[in-house]
Amino acid sequence: MKYELAVIGAGPAGMAAALNAADQGVSVVVFDEQAVAGGQIYRSVSQPLLADEKILGKDYYYGAGLVNRFNKRLQGDIDFVSNASVWEITRDKEINVSVAGQSYTYQADKVILASGAQERPVPFPGWTLPGVMTCGSAQILLKSSAVVPAEPLVIAGSGPLLLLITCQLLRAGVKVDAVLDTTPSDNYRTSAKHFFSALKGWRYLAKGLGLLLELKRSGIRYISQASALEAKAGEDGRLSEITFKHKDQRQTLPCTTLLVHQGVIPNVQLSRSVEIAHKWSEIQSCWHPDTDEYGASLSHPDIYVAGDGKGIVGALAAEISGACTGTQVAFMLNKIAANERDLIIEPLHKEMLKQMAIRPFLDELYKPEKAFRLPSDNTVVCRCEEVTAGEIRSYVRAGCKGPNQTKAFGRPGMGPCQGRMCGITVSNLIAEESDLPIETVGYYKVRAPIKPLKLGELAQMSKQ
Amino acid sequence: MTNKQTATPYDADVAIIGGGLVGLAIAVGLIKKNLNVVIFDEGDQAFRASRGNFGLVWVQGKGDTCVEYARLSRLSAELWPGLADELSAVTGIDVQLEQDGGFFFCFSEEELEQRIEMLKSMRDAQDGDYPFEVLRQDELKKRLPDIGPDVTGATFGPLDGHVNPLLMLRALTEYFIKRGGKFVNNGTVKEITPEATGFSVVSEGQTYRYGKVVLAAGLGNKALAPLLGLEAPVEPNRGQVLVAERVEPFLQYPTSHVRQTREGTIQCGDSKEDVGFDEGTTTEVMAQIAKRAVTLFPKLAQAQLVRAWGALRIMTPDGYPVYEQSQQYPGAYVVTCHSGVTLAAAHAGPIANWIAGEGFNLDFSMEVFSAKRFSV
Amino acid sequence: MPNVSQFNRLKTRSASKVEVFIEGEKVEAYAGESAASVVLRAGMLPSRTTSVSGEGRAPYCMMGVCFECLLEIDGIANVQGCMTPVVDGMEIRRQNGARALMTTAIETKNQKAEICHPTKNSELIEGRVAGEV
Repeated sequence: MKYELAVIGAGPAGMAAALNAADQGVSVVVFDEQAVAGGQIYRSVSQPLLADEKILGKDYYYGAGLVNRFNKRLQGDIDFVSNASVWEITRDKEINVSVAGQSYTYQADKVILASGAQERPVPFPGWTLPGVMTCGSAQILLKSSAVVPAEPLVIAGSGPLLLLITCQLLRAGVKVDAVLDTTPSDNYRTSAKHFFSALKGWRYLAKGLGLLLELKRSGIRYISQASALEAKAGEDGRLSEITFKHKDQRQTLPCTTLLVHQGVIPNVQLSRSVEIAHKWSEIQSCWHPDTDEYGASLSHPDIYVAGDGKGIVGALAAEISGACTGTQVAFMLNKIAANERDLIIEPLHKEMLKQMAIRPFLDELYKPEKAFRLPSDNTVVCRCEEVTAGEIRSYVRAGCKGPNQTKAFGRPGMGPCQGRMCGITVSNLIAEESDLPIETVGYYKVRAPIKPLKLGELAQMSKQ
Repeated sequence: MTNKQTATPYDADVAIIGGGLVGLAIAVGLIKKNLNVVIFDEGDQAFRASRGNFGLVWVQGKGDTCVEYARLSRLSAELWPGLADELSAVTGIDVQLEQDGGFFFCFSEEELEQRIEMLKSMRDAQDGDYPFEVLRQDELKKRLPDIGPDVTGATFGPLDGHVNPLLMLRALTEYFIKRGGKFVNNGTVKEITPEATGFSVVSEGQTYRYGKVVLAAGLGNKALAPLLGLEAPVEPNRGQVLVAERVEPFLQYPTSHVRQTREGTIQCGDSKEDVGFDEGTTTEVMAQIAKRAVTLFPKLAQAQLVRAWGALRIMTPDGYPVYEQSQQYPGAYVVTCHSGVTLAAAHAGPIANWIAGEGFNLDFSMEVFSAKRFSV
Repeated sequence: MPNVSQFNRLKTRSASKVEVFIEGEKVEAYAGESAASVVLRAGMLPSRTTSVSGEGRAPYCMMGVCFECLLEIDGIANVQGCMTPVVDGMEIRRQNGARALMTTAIETKNQKAEICHPTKNSELIEGRVAGEV
């Protein structure tokens, strides 16, 4: 099965990329793990289960338009493989995909990775307990199942999504016992320098202020500058309480569900596995593929990255980014001339600048507290293999200079999540302990299969 | 950093280039002789066969055309329990050595016959002292109840075994550091110069001086050996290993293609420990490895593959090791092999003795492992 | 803690319902809801124990990243619950430690592999949606 373009991920960036490339006559196939298009941000938006539309708000339902435009093309010029887990992309752009227990190989001239973001792993003592979940998971439950978390409920962390999900849960009538804001006080000072340029993104500022006002009006307990978060289990092994520090005093709250959040980071599993170059973003504290303004990898001529996967931009900007990259791919495939491309891309770039105006301010303001980036020794870092921060530090003292060596020493990154939940923390810890720049320390070497795959299924791929 | 004072003008008695299983095992052997040892090691992304191997301590079938290699492999397997005990005593790390025998599988009558012929000829070469058993499908089924119906048979070597190669790497490293060994990390060594006495090594702009130099840099040896009047005609040979999730124990012996680690994970590889080269595209090779694993143990079809590695084997033209001291610059040694796990106990024992200049009490000469055999 | 509250359902639009079994107990669900979501509503926490230390775990990210929601679904071990939409009659159980490999592979009654051939995408999508909703 051969296509001119394969797009991985049907979120805003992937859908926009596919639409814009197909508009210019490019033959496109799109893969997504879910049954329908939308990605995490517009999850289930074409068939929402939740009756009350006020809960999720209009920014979510905006996505229905994009999903519908995408779905309409599926009878025509875009092929969509749903429930598809892409487990390998080779440097030769062979794409191996598992669908319903069987694997298939596709070939593409160009590949756009639009696999989006994941929540930043937030290690702290007790984060593996049943009942500790992420803010993103609560939003997914709302969108796809109209389900809200068990109470008593505490929300802890930092970032726009934390405010949004809190408001959404309040609108849904959920009792939120407390919000612990872990944003370090210093961030207000360091982010201030970006405030005036952020005014160009006044819509986002207004939305943020609106959410803050909504919280204030609700009268919910809002604790700023909370730190030293710990979750503790009851006799049944489930989360029963959390403790934290506020104004130098340790406080305890009973708790059945704790939702945590420290922003989102690009999902680099696929981009790492095709071995394109990555860079470390200091302001966003994350890795991202090194690309040009159109999303083209600087180290592979046929691989592109669009949307949050190449650096966190947000849903609307991701859509614009996808549109630009899709158009650029059409140009590279000689479907349109340079001037035709520029005509399409110029207004997109302008809109992108507006969308991005607020980013430096947000990134600086919501930079995660040090304790979440460099957890204490007793904190589990690799959830799968149960390796602590202290063990990783000890491997560095035993001579490990990078995450592939610590992996060999103590198995962090070897479990089923394949390093997704510990990779960034392990690199940070090694950089700290060995006093090396994180770019020198590097990241896990990510290899296929990037999603677990049954041996029997792989065996069937053999041509012999 | 070591506090030991050397009575020499050198930074250390011996510099080992390469911190993989080979370099580390030799280092451990030299340190036991109270020598000061420094290891030059590359960074995190270096080619590392030591991280990508299958963990077999394997004897059967090794050295079918080289009786000395067969003896060395067997000797090393015999020395392994001592090494494992010592590593455990010093570092507290149990490398999970098990030597209850291992199976080599054959998928056709022809393959099995060839295998039997080969092992018989090896037995003859060892004057009858070369234990192995032949098991056909029905006998095999009694020993390995989960074996698939399409396996013709197997040979069983009672001396074979396996270790956890990652714990082994860690234990050797910790032993080395605990006993005063010193690492120079991140330094790719490009310059080694023989001096009037000893050698100087340049790494990342710094110059160091050593009494002896051991090249244990795997594929890196090819470029380094000529600097010291040596040869290491090695080429990379990619081998792949698939690792499936932890499952309840079902396979207590290592085999030529599949083994279960003590953690419960399943390693599937195409152990080319005693046969030739292995080429092919990644996906196809992975699929073939999976297919063979499922043919061997049909219930493995359900196991989820969580990781795959490709690692580069270090192969000489005949597949046998090179152990050689430079005639031009005595004190410079090259050590190259592709069985760093099996041979570790030999490297930490007789090979380290030989490098330390104490000779070795093997009943054969090291001449046979000279790289000069390739230029004849 | 007595009577720990559970994850609750809000008012929904009309959608087709199915019955699934959590550790043998019947639970009503919406077609297409993830198995992990049903597990949370049924209060089956922890929903697995780890194969390393035996520690209890439960769904965490709900988006296929963390692999904490591994469940035994229709006899198949270590299935990602958050990525598995429920179908009528699905049997969901806690995943305890390392899985055992069955002597013969289990054919699930809900297996839908025959629907799928991704060459013709639109058929695939219709086939799957029709099969699931």
